[in-house]
Amino acid sequence: MKAMSGTAIPAKRRTATRSGSRFWAKALRNRYLYLMSLPFVVWVFVFSYYPLWGWLMAFQKFKPGKSVFEQKWVGFDQFKTLFQDDMFYQVLRNTLAMSLMGLVAAFTVPILFALLLNEVRQMFVKRFVQTVSYLPHFVSWAVAASIVTRMLSSDHGAVNDILMGLGLIDKPIQFMAQGHLFWGIVTVSDVWKETGWNAIIYLAAMSGISSEQYEAAKVDGASRLRQIWHITLPGIRSTIIVLLILSIGHLISIGFEKQFLLGNNLVRDYSQVLDLYSLQYGLQMSRYSFGVAVNIFNSVVSLILLFAANGLFKRITKESIM
Amino acid sequence: MSTRAMRKGAPWTDKALDAVIAVILIVVTAVTIYPFLNVLALSFNDSTDSVRGGISIFPRDFTWENYKVIFSFSGLVTGFKISALRTIVGTALGLVSASMLAFTLARPDFQGRKFVSVFLAITMYVSAGLIPVYLLIKDLHLMGTFAVYILPGLVSAFNVFVIRSFIDGIPYALQESAKIDGANDFTIYWRVILPMTTPALATIALFLAVGQWNSWFDTYLYNATSPHLTTLQYELTKVLQSTTSGNNGDYRSANMTQVLSSVSPESVKMAITIVVTVPILVVYPFLQRYFVQGMTLGAVKG
Repeated sequence: MKAMSGTAIPAKRRTATRSGSRFWAKALRNRYLYLMSLPFVVWVFVFSYYPLWGWLMAFQKFKPGKSVFEQKWVGFDQFKTLFQDDMFYQVLRNTLAMSLMGLVAAFTVPILFALLLNEVRQMFVKRFVQTVSYLPHFVSWAVAASIVTRMLSSDHGAVNDILMGLGLIDKPIQFMAQGHLFWGIVTVSDVWKETGWNAIIYLAAMSGISSEQYEAAKVDGASRLRQIWHITLPGIRSTIIVLLILSIGHLISIGFEKQFLLGNNLVRDYSQVLDLYSLQYGLQMSRYSFGVAVNIFNSVVSLILLFAANGLFKRITKESIM
Repeated sequence: MSTRAMRKGAPWTDKALDAVIAVILIVVTAVTIYPFLNVLALSFNDSTDSVRGGISIFPRDFTWENYKVIFSFSGLVTGFKISALRTIVGTALGLVSASMLAFTLARPDFQGRKFVSVFLAITMYVSAGLIPVYLLIKDLHLMGTFAVYILPGLVSAFNVFVIRSFIDGIPYALQESAKIDGANDFTIYWRVILPMTTPALATIALFLAVGQWNSWFDTYLYNATSPHLTTLQYELTKVLQSTTSGNNGDYRSANMTQVLSSVSPESVKMAITIVVTVPILVVYPFLQRYFVQGMTLGAVKG
């Protein structure tokens, strides 16, 4: 027993040093790879990981000019204030409402659009329509907002002109000034801007379906609608699932650009979302700790959603993104 | 019998389907393109005439006046320069960082491969949020500098993974034979891998360029008080905010009082919108060519 352990330890140590030197020998061989990656790793650490340290502020009453350690610790007070703020629930409602509407629209419309486009047999037409369809994706939200407000303007905007021309309304609707229309406007703007772009991935998946399947279906006398239902849709099933999981994960972090640019003081009760709320409290009112608490809430909820969606789909369909 | 009936039935429904699809696609195309043409027409139309309405895709009373006026705003000229500069610098540096990282991650013999992959992937799902990043930028004294447009977003995990999956498709034997010829890893990256990665690089370059050109929020957040660092998009958002009902923007007071008599804020808005959009249209044929493959590259797992 004694003898065994006596020999065992040096043996272990030997292999340890040997593997240690092997490690360094390999590291030396990898030196260029390290040189080419480590600077960027440090970069990512500074700009993506280091700010997470700032989350501590949410448990303090942060005053600028002092270091994190000199601040007053307040535990969960910021979160208590947050959850007692009526404004927070309004903002959360807006965020979730616009996210859900966006999710449903951004999820169904591009699939429908891709299905339609996939049925077009003239390549020229197909390419032309597709080329036009993703143009709005590449313009900024500032441009999109400018265009949307122009189209919806009560002052000879195209939408009002058409509705008046059709005799559906007698006087122009003030689209941008009515809170209850805001969620719809954001969703439709999003559909206008992103449908063509989001359809690309489905079209790519559709082009991967073998033509033999369609031939066989044709021989069996299946109509094109039946072919779409029984071949095309099942063919893009896994693409649909992966994209759905991803968008559920991003449900709460819908961004704020559209809301910021399309919103105005008249529709504030419907346009304010979590990020803008944290911005308003955190920066404009200098309640940094409170703003950080909102950010944490946002990040944590979106992570939970992502894992939940992934787990759920793993169980149901045996497919996952992680 | 039933098969025959279906075969007979199929062409009729198929023709109807074709017609329905044609109508829908025409409407979709019109809805997509009309707003741009309408804004273009309005930007070239006399501003007092525009108020009467009825402009669709052609100007009724053609004029250059709106453009003359907006290019007399100093903010717009500076904005154009800064936007162009950040697009060039941001795209170049973004490409270097993404391709280098992708190269190292695609190397099976790189020790740090697993760690760096996970380290990057996490950043796609966890973000500290606006306020902590804002305070970091402030602590690093990047407020009111041009660098704030480039540095924070320099490394994008998504771009790295897209390029990596492309490099994974290049036979590793090429790198090995270069190594036998005495090339070091940097030479392999520069002379062997980069030239073969051009399609992926072109895609990422366009993503980066469009992203840089279209940014306005960093200007709003960090450089709003530095007029010499303003961007075109930010100038447009200022006009937007000042012409939207319910907001009291500063743009009108700062820039427009001098010219308000000659053109309306709405015409100014239309002209700036076009100026901001045109560069995107110029690169659109290139975007076209590369991005479908970029999208499908990005669809890979992980």
